[in-house]
Amino acid sequence: MKPAPFNHFAPTSVPEAVELLGQHAPDARVLAGGQSLVPMMNFRLARPDVLVDLNRISDLSYIRDDGDCLAIGAMTRERTIENSDLVKSACPLVHDATLNIAHLPIRSRGTIGGSIANADPAAEYPATMLALDATLVAQSVRGERRIAAADFFDGVLSTTLEPDEILTEIRIPKAPANSGAAFVEISRRHGDFAMAGVAAQVTLKGDTFIDVQLAACGVGPGPVRLSDAEIELRGKTVTDGVLSNAARAASAQVDPDGDMHATAAYRRKLAGVMTKRAVIKAAARAGAAA
Amino acid sequence: MTERTEITVTVNGESRTGVAEPRMLLADFLRDELRLTGTHVGCEHGVCGACTVIVDGLAARSCLMFAVQADGADIQTIEGLATDGQMHPLQKLFSEHRALQCGFCTPGMLMTAIDLVNSSDSLTEKDIRTGMSAALCRCTGYEGIVNAVAEYTRQVHGGESQND
Repeated sequence: MKPAPFNHFAPTSVPEAVELLGQHAPDARVLAGGQSLVPMMNFRLARPDVLVDLNRISDLSYIRDDGDCLAIGAMTRERTIENSDLVKSACPLVHDATLNIAHLPIRSRGTIGGSIANADPAAEYPATMLALDATLVAQSVRGERRIAAADFFDGVLSTTLEPDEILTEIRIPKAPANSGAAFVEISRRHGDFAMAGVAAQVTLKGDTFIDVQLAACGVGPGPVRLSDAEIELRGKTVTDGVLSNAARAASAQVDPDGDMHATAAYRRKLAGVMTKRAVIKAAARAGAAA
Repeated sequence: MTERTEITVTVNGESRTGVAEPRMLLADFLRDELRLTGTHVGCEHGVCGACTVIVDGLAARSCLMFAVQADGADIQTIEGLATDGQMHPLQKLFSEHRALQCGFCTPGMLMTAIDLVNSSDSLTEKDIRTGMSAALCRCTGYEGIVNAVAEYTRQVHGGESQND
């Protein structure tokens, strides 16, 4: 099918964009990479009257070293992030998550800000931001607001962004020393939406978990911080028994729905299996880095 | 603005101008306005890959971009691959390896493969299978496609392709 008619605005600066969105909210949608919104429009599941297209705002595409965190502009393409040595070294979980996003031609256009603001329950970046305690910077004509990832995701395709706010920057704490990270997911075919995925960053001292950061995607209405599994691991030595306890805690904490791809029970099981796999991989990488 | 505007793109090295309202997809602009019908439209939601073209050097779904967004862009389509009546090396390999049957997916397959090979220094067979999973083929079973892309990888980067 083809999209319904709409008004298209392509501002070249953030002030211009927030002004336009302020005028046209709530009947306007922000167009980032378009890899989720345009399919919705083609199916006419989304019929915005106005599109505020951010693709001509070059100021929103950057990856900056900002002391203890990386600051990434919301319109930075996933392929740029995938190829960034800075992201790979400072925030390896973000690099690993990016490799799991859809396919190469989708990553050519898809943006980090678009993925986060779209808040698809199966998407990789929302879970990654939740695990890493990222800060999301929003702008509107009313000014700038900083939102913790834990306060940002608000159910299926829903966030706490106001209708006149644009996500402009993602601030991600750098990985600590002696840490390792892994993003693992499972889908029927590579690049499809994940039936379950887990983002993991672990910090080790010898064989002991000093810190563990875990979040899951595809197993609930939004990304889920696997806090119970984190508790099972923190302060413990890496053993198969400890990992199995964490997997059980992860399965118990999530509340997935079933659909044509997988039943709720299967997704719950997968949440545990993915947790174990992600932690094993992250711990191996932490050991290798130590 | 819902009204039709003039859009100029460089397609296969040539400057081309057409008219589009904002909701016109790049795929439809190429096919219906510029009459470049080599780019195929399959699923219209970014899954099948038939409409894949190269925009400013990177493969992208032309069904997930509006033509207005491509104003000023440099685009390569299947029509630009052959030069002086000679098929592009990857087109020859697709023929030799029987990497197509009905041909509907082939334009997207070729544009996907060219970006995949150009954007990496080396590719294992697994990398090729993962990369080419961006495009669907309902005829071949993929063996011929993977073999053709593997040989093209060797031509571009040299050496033997590794198994994984």
